[in-house]
Amino acid sequence: MNSKVTGGIKPKHQRLVLLLIALVALIGAGLLAAYALSNQASYFYVPADLAKAPPEQGRAIRLGGMVEKGSLKTRADGVTIDFIVGDGKARIPVRYTGITPDLFVEGSGVVAEGRMEGNTFVADNLLAKHDENYVPRQMGEMTAEQAKQVVAETQ
Amino acid sequence: MSDQRPKRSGLAIWLPLALFGAFFVLVIVGLYRPADREVASAFIGKPLPQFNLPAATADRPGLTTAEMKTGKPRLLNVFASWCVPCAVEAPQLAALTQQGVEIDGVAIRDRKEDLDRFLASYGNPFARIGKDDLSEVQLGIGSSGVPETFVIDGKGVIRYQHIGEIRPEDVPMILEKLKEAQS
Amino acid sequence: MIAEIGLAVLWMAAALAVLQLFAGFSALRPGGKALAGMVRPLAVMQGLLVALSFLALIDLFLETDLSVKLVAENSHSMKPFIFKLAGTWGNHEGSMLLWVTIMAVSGGVVALVEKRLREDTLLATLAGQAFVSLGFYAFLLLSSNPFERLPEPAPEGAGLNPLLQDIGLAFHPPTLYVGYVGLSVAFSFAIGALITRDVGPAFARAMRPWVLGAWIFLTVGITAGSYWAYYTLGWGGWWFWDPVENASLMPWLAATALLHSASVLASRNALRAWTVMLGVIAFSMSMVGTFLVRSGILTSVHAFAVDPERGSFILALLAIYIGGALALFGIRASTVTEGERFSLFSREASLVFNNVMLCGILGIVLLGTLYPLMTEAFGAKVSVGPPYFNPVSAIFAIPMMLMMGVGPLLRWRKDKPARITATVAIPALITALALLAVVVFAPGIRILPMLGIAVGAGLAIASWLPLNGRNLRRTPLSVWGMVVGHFGLGVALLGAASESAFSTERLAAMNVGDTQSVGPISLKLLSIEPVAGPNWTALEATVSASYKGGPAVTLHPQARTFSSPPGERTESALHTRWNGQLYAVLGNEGDDGRWQMRFWWKPFVPLLWLGGLLVAFGGLLALIGRVAQDVKRLRVNDKIAFRKARQDMLK
Repeated sequence: MNSKVTGGIKPKHQRLVLLLIALVALIGAGLLAAYALSNQASYFYVPADLAKAPPEQGRAIRLGGMVEKGSLKTRADGVTIDFIVGDGKARIPVRYTGITPDLFVEGSGVVAEGRMEGNTFVADNLLAKHDENYVPRQMGEMTAEQAKQVVAETQ
Repeated sequence: MSDQRPKRSGLAIWLPLALFGAFFVLVIVGLYRPADREVASAFIGKPLPQFNLPAATADRPGLTTAEMKTGKPRLLNVFASWCVPCAVEAPQLAALTQQGVEIDGVAIRDRKEDLDRFLASYGNPFARIGKDDLSEVQLGIGSSGVPETFVIDGKGVIRYQHIGEIRPEDVPMILEKLKEAQS
Repeated sequence: MIAEIGLAVLWMAAALAVLQLFAGFSALRPGGKALAGMVRPLAVMQGLLVALSFLALIDLFLETDLSVKLVAENSHSMKPFIFKLAGTWGNHEGSMLLWVTIMAVSGGVVALVEKRLREDTLLATLAGQAFVSLGFYAFLLLSSNPFERLPEPAPEGAGLNPLLQDIGLAFHPPTLYVGYVGLSVAFSFAIGALITRDVGPAFARAMRPWVLGAWIFLTVGITAGSYWAYYTLGWGGWWFWDPVENASLMPWLAATALLHSASVLASRNALRAWTVMLGVIAFSMSMVGTFLVRSGILTSVHAFAVDPERGSFILALLAIYIGGALALFGIRASTVTEGERFSLFSREASLVFNNVMLCGILGIVLLGTLYPLMTEAFGAKVSVGPPYFNPVSAIFAIPMMLMMGVGPLLRWRKDKPARITATVAIPALITALALLAVVVFAPGIRILPMLGIAVGAGLAIASWLPLNGRNLRRTPLSVWGMVVGHFGLGVALLGAASESAFSTERLAAMNVGDTQSVGPISLKLLSIEPVAGPNWTALEATVSASYKGGPAVTLHPQARTFSSPPGERTESALHTRWNGQLYAVLGNEGDDGRWQMRFWWKPFVPLLWLGGLLVAFGGLLALIGRVAQDVKRLRVNDKIAFRKARQDMLK
């Protein structure tokens, strides 16, 4: 019951090994995380950015803007919709299959998660979550710069 | 640990604190980025966007940008019947109208019957009330919550934004801002 | 009147906390012994007063006293009883009061029952607890007074966010809160032990039941929260790596690590500095999580409104407590003497390995949660989701779960690999077979679910092996707790992997009378009708479902519209079988009159939450076992002391 038992390795070395393992794990984790983050984080775009510098095809991104009035169309299957998201500078066609959120209507703001396929943005998920008290930060910042034209335009 | 390699463990021991320090700096930057403050004031000094809101109640007309350029400063109040602080600021709005201030209202995501009940119980200080069911005007003038009150000068330019309810002690300040907007 | 009483009592409690801090620290100085007797009663009184204040707030909500600002903003006279009750803590101010209540009450309990710890360490602990509480008192009383009155009573309350009007959510946050705040006790013990340099087995034993208790609540809270997200958000997923979810996961990871290292310290007197550090980290994670959620600094599904002032206040508290505790750790840890040694092949070493893995996952989650904030500082807006979290955390989680099959079989201090190879061969074989089966029978599923099934199956078997060769009746409850907890994790992993590998989805626009199928289930839309609840109206679909042509069951997914305040929410419908779950969502009506419907068949997904509950149950068994052991030990000590006293008297 004392500190003499060390399983064949000298106590000094045993500590060193443990410390090394922890250090390697830490550094490995850091590198791994940095690599994964730079690859997997999905960037937020407004249509103007998307038109100016399009991301690579198939990369997960988010698109925020206003749903253009009169652009919303439902396909024959009843669950796929096409619409256009604009920010007053550029217009991006979006396709989405699924149930639209309650706040999703023409002329409202939307944040879509998905990827570019060709010139169309294919959305996996629509977030129309600005309620009375809350505007998503990204939308809030977008409106500060661009919403004026957008609101004028979508009327 | 310290017995054998005091120096090494000495450094390792401070690692958590260093990490926390990094976290702290990051969060401070995030919390106080100038951008956050700018949002409130980004529209000050800019003209109102073009809008044309239908009337929200039977006895007051709707709201258009053109009608707001009367040559005289006025208040634009963003409110809703479901918002408690809006009820709190009602006496202050009434006091402002008594001082001769004209106030226009934008009702956010409201229903006519709720609005009528609200105006009946707290008074109706508004010259016009526009109905904004999509928050488009609200977003367009840089407001992200209710209630908010904007001072609009005679040419339809936003001069001041007041976030939250107008408290009794705010009334002189609002009057001051209106006077400034006159010049 | 009730509101004024509540506020007054809260101020008094805060004053007692000041006294407790002062008395505790002066008692530690030479010549301050006179004050030592005051500390315990003060802690108990403080707990009682805060509890009274919280009851006052509950009463205000139940009565719907609309002259109180908080009630008017968050409640409504038409709201059902249970949601009025839940309204008490379903808002910022109320939840902070709940936080302080739990903190002060647990401080009181420590003062009442803790007898093993050295007296000066206990005093330092209670002083530390008072110090931490004080910050939150200040926060409550100065910036978010829950008892504030309106100048004029509101005619009607503003209600509660419809998304949050749900029975699961009524009890979900308080469960998590008990967990978060329970860790504050561990934090205070760590502070106390650092101050008096008394880091040893007694400290670990005193701390362990609190960590276990907090950990049980966190486990239940996370499990319930995941189920809540699953059935209310209507997206069919059960974990979104949302900041709010991460905020609850991070303290859990730290508490899990702490639990295991405290175990080593309690029974083997090793890992001293490490355990103290984890004690600080675990509660720090609770505070960091709360800060991230409350300050609105990160956007999330559950977002609260952004309020920089509130955020700054919590941030200041973070800086004082976490920064202070880590600085204290830095100063004192080098004077904490080294514990017992152990070999690289021993139970201790396996626990160290898993501790490192848990901390690795913790770091990964923390980094992913904060990453959007980092890039925003450079002007790029990103969000980090499952494509990052899943694989990167799996890199740590999978070795950890493999080790979980081996570690409990090892002896303390030193062991030989040859002794356990035969035993470990069984789960290893099962893992290999499961992997083979998945590869052969279900090709095309992704690598992570595949590994998940294999490792989950292996762990579910391996977790029972520590009972091998034991007399089951004499096996201590704490060992049963470990077995059940590890088994639960294996089961949960199986459920999660199966959901991710085998779920099928059907999205369709349907007329009444149309049929569809999803997986082995055939479905028919029978009707769509309006229904009304106390404060909502809904469109309700009636869907009949039959599994492989068997007897039909009906499901009723709804799209609800709430009246006070206005809002909408989908109410999904679930049908659970032993081998999976059918999930149905009603969407919008299209222009052509067809209804959007979404169905999922998720094989074995209930195992996920069943596993989570098993983990918590394992924790409960261990807690009961530990407490019973402690009580027994106390009684024996009392008896010995009594006999000794009698002998002395006879002499």
